[in-house]
Amino acid sequence: MLYQIRLVIDYVFARPTGAGRQQFRILPASLPGCQTVASETVTFSPQPLERQVFDDFYGTRVVQAVMPPGLTKLTVTMKASVIRRAAPPEFDMSARLPDLPDQIALIRDLGPEAPHHFLPPSPRLLPSAAIAAFARSATATATTARAATEALGRALHAEMTFDATATEVDTPPEAAFVGRHGVCQDFAQIMIAGLRSLGIPAAYVAGYLRTLPPPGKPRLEGADAMHAWVRAWTGAESGWVEYDPTNACWVAEDHIVVGYGRDYGDVAPVIGMLRLDGNQKGSHKVDIRPETEG
Amino acid sequence: MQTASSDPTLTFATGMTRDYRPPAATQDELVDARGELRPVWRGFMRHLLALSEDERTKRLARADQYLMDSGVFYRQYGTGQSVERPWPLSHIPVLIAEGEWQGLSAALIQRADLLEGLMADLYGENRLVAEGKLPAGLIAANPEWLRPMVGVRPRDGHYLHFLAFEIGRGPDGNWWVLADRAQAPSGAGYALENRVATSRAFSEVYAGMNVPRLAGFFRDFRDQLQALRHDPQARVAILTPGTMNETYYEHAYIARYLGFTLVEGEDLTVAGDRLLVRTVSGLRPVDVLWRRMDSGFADPVELNQMSRIGTPGMVSALRAQGLTMVNALGSGVLETRALMAFLPKLAQDLLGADLMMPNIATWWCGGAGERQAVLADPGRMVISDAFATGLPYDGPLQGLAASGLSHADLAAKLATEGPQLVAQEAVTLSTTPALVEGRLQPRPLSLRVFLARTAQGWQVMPGGFGRIGASPEPNAIAMQNGGNAADVWIVADKPQPVVSMVAPPTAAYRRATPGSLPSRAADNLFWLGRYVERAEGIMRLLRARNIRLAEAGEAATPLLAAMDPLFDALDTKPETGVPAGLLSALGLAISSAGHVRDRFSPDAWQALIDLNKTAARMATKVSPGDDAARALSALLRKLTGFSGLVHENMYRFLGWRFLTIGRHHERAMGMAANLAVLADAKAPEGALDLMIEVGDSVMTHRRRFSLQTSRVTVIDLLALDEMNPRSMRYQLDGMAEQLRLLPEADEYGMPSDLTRAMLRLHTDLATTRPEDLTTQAIWALRGRIAGLSDLLTGAYLR
Repeated sequence: MLYQIRLVIDYVFARPTGAGRQQFRILPASLPGCQTVASETVTFSPQPLERQVFDDFYGTRVVQAVMPPGLTKLTVTMKASVIRRAAPPEFDMSARLPDLPDQIALIRDLGPEAPHHFLPPSPRLLPSAAIAAFARSATATATTARAATEALGRALHAEMTFDATATEVDTPPEAAFVGRHGVCQDFAQIMIAGLRSLGIPAAYVAGYLRTLPPPGKPRLEGADAMHAWVRAWTGAESGWVEYDPTNACWVAEDHIVVGYGRDYGDVAPVIGMLRLDGNQKGSHKVDIRPETEG
Repeated sequence: MQTASSDPTLTFATGMTRDYRPPAATQDELVDARGELRPVWRGFMRHLLALSEDERTKRLARADQYLMDSGVFYRQYGTGQSVERPWPLSHIPVLIAEGEWQGLSAALIQRADLLEGLMADLYGENRLVAEGKLPAGLIAANPEWLRPMVGVRPRDGHYLHFLAFEIGRGPDGNWWVLADRAQAPSGAGYALENRVATSRAFSEVYAGMNVPRLAGFFRDFRDQLQALRHDPQARVAILTPGTMNETYYEHAYIARYLGFTLVEGEDLTVAGDRLLVRTVSGLRPVDVLWRRMDSGFADPVELNQMSRIGTPGMVSALRAQGLTMVNALGSGVLETRALMAFLPKLAQDLLGADLMMPNIATWWCGGAGERQAVLADPGRMVISDAFATGLPYDGPLQGLAASGLSHADLAAKLATEGPQLVAQEAVTLSTTPALVEGRLQPRPLSLRVFLARTAQGWQVMPGGFGRIGASPEPNAIAMQNGGNAADVWIVADKPQPVVSMVAPPTAAYRRATPGSLPSRAADNLFWLGRYVERAEGIMRLLRARNIRLAEAGEAATPLLAAMDPLFDALDTKPETGVPAGLLSALGLAISSAGHVRDRFSPDAWQALIDLNKTAARMATKVSPGDDAARALSALLRKLTGFSGLVHENMYRFLGWRFLTIGRHHERAMGMAANLAVLADAKAPEGALDLMIEVGDSVMTHRRRFSLQTSRVTVIDLLALDEMNPRSMRYQLDGMAEQLRLLPEADEYGMPSDLTRAMLRLHTDLATTRPEDLTTQAIWALRGRIAGLSDLLTGAYLR
């Protein structure tokens, strides 16, 4: 499927800001075999003093901009056309849960795809007894890593209510879980904490979700903003799989990946002065149009 | 020549060494297993034991006096607020023979090379993990392994430039590494201070013992940091987390000693991949940064996003090789306790050799074999957090006995939390003599040794930082709470060259231009000037009030009431003798001064501390009236002492200018308020005399205007007279002169708003006649003076 993606980030500041450095993780990823970026542009208004693009540790492309002082308004526009091919996994070739630790230990790699990064606690995802207990009971009958991933994702979807007003970007996952309300970021981070407690390495995925539902299918929630879901490492043979707990589905062509990280902090769309200042109003508008390939 | 046993001063049966009995099954630095004095100590002990008790006390006091005069302190965090503590010196140095030291140095240089190789691999190709020599999980779960730094090559090719190793002597007499310090090792500056203090106490014997000086080490490292610059115009700076850090004193001390700029994260900015420091002359490049801050805090954009003390873009600048960072960001990972389990084998891999000095036996409990080994003999193990970076005696110790775990509990804990745990053999340290209540007593010793990468490669500081336990048990627990610091003397056979920080001349003499001043330092100096002057103003008003109270009692009431608005404006309640408002102004002065301790003399700092202490003491016992008036006179004399030290000794450059501008500014503001209130036409009887007294101009007034006090004479003398150092005019003259000498901040254009406002104000005052200077006109002038502070701040101080 070929998509035209447009993201507009608007900020209005209560008072002129000093010069500031921002990093944006908003460009779609190039993923061999399942995601190809045909074209992309990022424009700023006003123009930044400096601007670079580089890949971070996880391979996510980062647009770094240094904005001039005296800023009262900022608009960042990202446009990309992306070819996405992905299908849910077919057979469960994943490891039995008790075998997972040995399989992980055999991976002698610290590259961005290595499962080791995604099993220990991370800055925003500290171990939570409440989430761990929930994960244990939700996966009681699952024997494989993939079955456990799906069972936990479904259970969370059933237990949690999507609510754009219940949490903030910095709400700890455990608090969102206790309240049983949250947005895709909360669903994803709670699920990651649960998977890790089961010994399954799990990563946070930031990306886009197509806005227009295909005919006859229900509209997917969380579509009016950037989206987040979960990537789980299910064994040496089956590797990584992606699950969207907000919509209780395996990730397929509707999901367009921006990047991976241990939690939200590694792949937050905007990092820097804009977030630190606080005295501002911001909005993200996402528009995703599918087109016929050709 | 006498032998040790026949020398009466070395007999251990009497005097201060009578009770010197090292614990069983350990080594003692002073005496061997038979109780005989070790040869390296003979000269020192002969000297020490020959001193009378009086003489000894006097000499030790000399060392303490030095530390006190220099203001050596460290910040201690406990429950509640943190406090500055005087430096706890154990007066007896630790003596090590040169031959032994050479072996020890070679071993630590080898270890420094090992750490460099390991660092390069962890932030480079990760070959050690790929080959199974390091478990991937141990690195991936490590909070000090900073992913943004992976693949970032240091500009000069080296990740590490300054290291420290904590070592101890085991029961077999050999030295062991207890901990690796690679993040931002502290203690070298304190070691210098220990040296100066200790050598003062034992000056004769120190001079005769061939102890190598420390200065050469610092000089070579300083030269190397200078040489690492690519831009000869750029500077070397030391990055401190700030005054609340426990070792801030040392950061300021080393900056002053080496002549580098001390900066905080907010002083720096990154533009075009270069690191720049904000100065009163604009942005200036920093090419080499000696970091005394933990890596994660250095950049809130790419590292710890919660950091409020970092510099956005620091990692970007490093990625582009825009500067050299000492040590590279991410070096904290080398301190990981569990890594010690792997270092012996890694030495073979990375260096092709065995470790010359072992580290304490360590088992990372992430492996089944290791867990078996720990369970086989848990009694001699200490279990702790695998990722801990502290010294073995910092943090909770989970010895099996201490934790109360049963063998089965331990097995269960290891099975579930293994990868997060590390087991280490319990530390047994050697003992060394310390003076305890006038007697020598054996106390456990660990030693911090410093290594710097210089032009000739790794160089070991000939000496170190001795840590002396507070209680006699030769184990880690003794080191945990409290303890003292001791100097370390390497005793050589031959005389040592005298070295100093001043290198021998190699080229024709050229006078160096002083560098520019970081804006934050200028801001603190400006406010130091203001707060000191504010304190003085409060003192003068208070003294005048208390004199009236003592002399006239109830009759003085209207006059005292007339002063109330002045005290209100100064947030001071004058009814108590030494009120809280005064203490608060002094506290603010000290806080400002604390930020710029690298910029003025220890004497001046000490004078300020002394003034503050005296004021605080007086506040608790002085009663209003005559008692308070005399106390305030004493405080004024002490304050004048501080001002004199600054005035006489401070180099007349940018720092001094901002301090001076601050003082003039505050004095002008204070005088304007005093005149507006006390020289007002409606002020009560006696207010003009009071004004002259507060203005410290009684003699001058008498000389110039005989005995007649009128509003016009007072205004003339205290507002307009350019010869009177208390007058408003004098303050504006002084400010105008200093402002003219400040760097032209060209981005603000010339003449700047500040210059224009200053000139206009100065001209207006200079051309005013005393009879035209009404109360209203004085208030208006005061408002314009206040405006200068804002303009100055906008132009230079942020």
